[in-house]
Amino acid sequence: MNPSKKPVFDLRPGSIISGKWHRQVYVVQKQLGKGAIGTVYLCKRKDGRVSALKISEKAASITTEVNVLKHLSKVQGTRLGPSLIDVDDWIDQYGTCYSFYVMEYVQGVGLASFLRQRGKNWLGVLLLQLLKDLERLHHQGWVFGDLKLDNVIVSSSPPRLRWIDVGGTTQIGRSIKEYTEFYDRGYWQAGTRKAEPSYDLFALAMMALHYAYPNQFDRGRYPARTLREKVRQSKVLMPYQACLEKALQGGYQSSLEMQKDLSNKLLKVTNQKLDTTITKRNKQQRSQKAMQKSKLFWMESFVIIMVAFLFFVIYYVAI
Amino acid sequence: MKKGTLKQILLITDGCSNKGEDPSMVAALIAQQGIAVNVIGVLEDDQSEQPIGLEEVEEVALAGEGVSQIVYQQALSQTVQTVTKQAMTQTLQGVVNQELKQILGPNQTMESLPPEQRGEVMEVVEDLGETSNVEVLVLVDTSASMQNKLPTVKEALIDLSISMNARIGKNKFAIYTFPGKRKALNKVIDWTNKLDSISSVFPKLTSGGITPTGPALKEAMHQFGKMKLTRSMNRNDESIEEAGF
Repeated sequence: MNPSKKPVFDLRPGSIISGKWHRQVYVVQKQLGKGAIGTVYLCKRKDGRVSALKISEKAASITTEVNVLKHLSKVQGTRLGPSLIDVDDWIDQYGTCYSFYVMEYVQGVGLASFLRQRGKNWLGVLLLQLLKDLERLHHQGWVFGDLKLDNVIVSSSPPRLRWIDVGGTTQIGRSIKEYTEFYDRGYWQAGTRKAEPSYDLFALAMMALHYAYPNQFDRGRYPARTLREKVRQSKVLMPYQACLEKALQGGYQSSLEMQKDLSNKLLKVTNQKLDTTITKRNKQQRSQKAMQKSKLFWMESFVIIMVAFLFFVIYYVAI
Repeated sequence: MKKGTLKQILLITDGCSNKGEDPSMVAALIAQQGIAVNVIGVLEDDQSEQPIGLEEVEEVALAGEGVSQIVYQQALSQTVQTVTKQAMTQTLQGVVNQELKQILGPNQTMESLPPEQRGEVMEVVEDLGETSNVEVLVLVDTSASMQNKLPTVKEALIDLSISMNARIGKNKFAIYTFPGKRKALNKVIDWTNKLDSISSVFPKLTSGGITPTGPALKEAMHQFGKMKLTRSMNRNDESIEEAGF
């Protein structure tokens, strides 16, 4: 959308990028994507290792992203975001200096095509995975920021939602580093642009909406009302409706809170059939118990009458 | 490092200047005063190629040590805030580079450091960007062709204030339009920390075809000085009152 002032350079397959500082050589295989900051290429190193390489003439922006990747690598547990392999500069034949970093190449498909292949009810599970990862990130004092469909991918066996672009990751309490209008709660007049967990949860709900409405939609005169209506009108989002609405209104203070809420709702939906059989069984059990109780009552009274009769007989004999 | 105030002028226009001093020259002068000049050129929706008038946009920003961008209306909001933030980073990087030169020698900049150390320097730049105070004077071209874009400009400025006020540092904004009636500038909003009060729409069409960008920029530069003056006058008042007691 923004015609930038400098021509964006294109590297052909077979081009060679050699590092100035660490002396690693990378051969470009193909272009993977182009963003506001730089271009990402699939690359092969001399030892045959395939990785993703992001290159840009903006050294500062590349450095900022590398800093984020370094911080993410310190978070315990399953990896958040791609792992960082190398950081370096490359001077091309004209003497222009570019900065680049090399990261793990995460293979997978976009969320929408994954759900098309494997079924829509996977959405809930993937959202829960995302909430779990976000909880760990927030716990470390960071917020994802630019959470959107383009920045995640579903890797296969087992299906898992992975983050591929973490450039917007911001320390909690600061201003969001990078965002996309459609996903930004400031744009929807639903809150500030301060980095806090609820900012990510709003974007997560917008991710679901973007999936439900691939062509997106306008803000309208009353943004909050537009969002509510769009959530309610979508059939695909039906099982998550209440949770999404709450997230859009800033009702969740933490990822964990939303995760609990969502998993409760999901369990209810999948258990609905099971539930009906369970309640039937319960009813049977209950009536059996009642019968047992009444039997006990008759036994008791019988024993009391017998004892009373016995006393009566003894009394009679004694006289 | 001492936290100073970053000063910027943000010029939003859709064409070339045709009256008064050369805007690039004025921008270079302003940059000398420690104020960065950013320029956003707004395209018509049906313009597929960059029109001739907008060549000036990049030149003025380069001379003013600021950032420039040419966009369509619908991308204006996001552009206004990225341009402002980019210019802040650029200025701060300049400051940090100066310090590096003093410590490490005349030929040292951030780019000449190995990537590992560059990361640490960048963290300092980011910290400064988050915490320093910022003063932005927005200068909007209201010549005839800009009229239908003004509602979008207004929205973009409110959006800018949302972004800037999410920072830890303090902000001050002022909005001026040009050309004014018999003056170079027309004040819309005086220095304030929030822009959500721009309910009053921009003034109606003021001119027929003249775009005195240079004189407007020059006048805008003086508005920074005026703010300081009024502030120090207020302080004087206070001290006088205190003395009176």
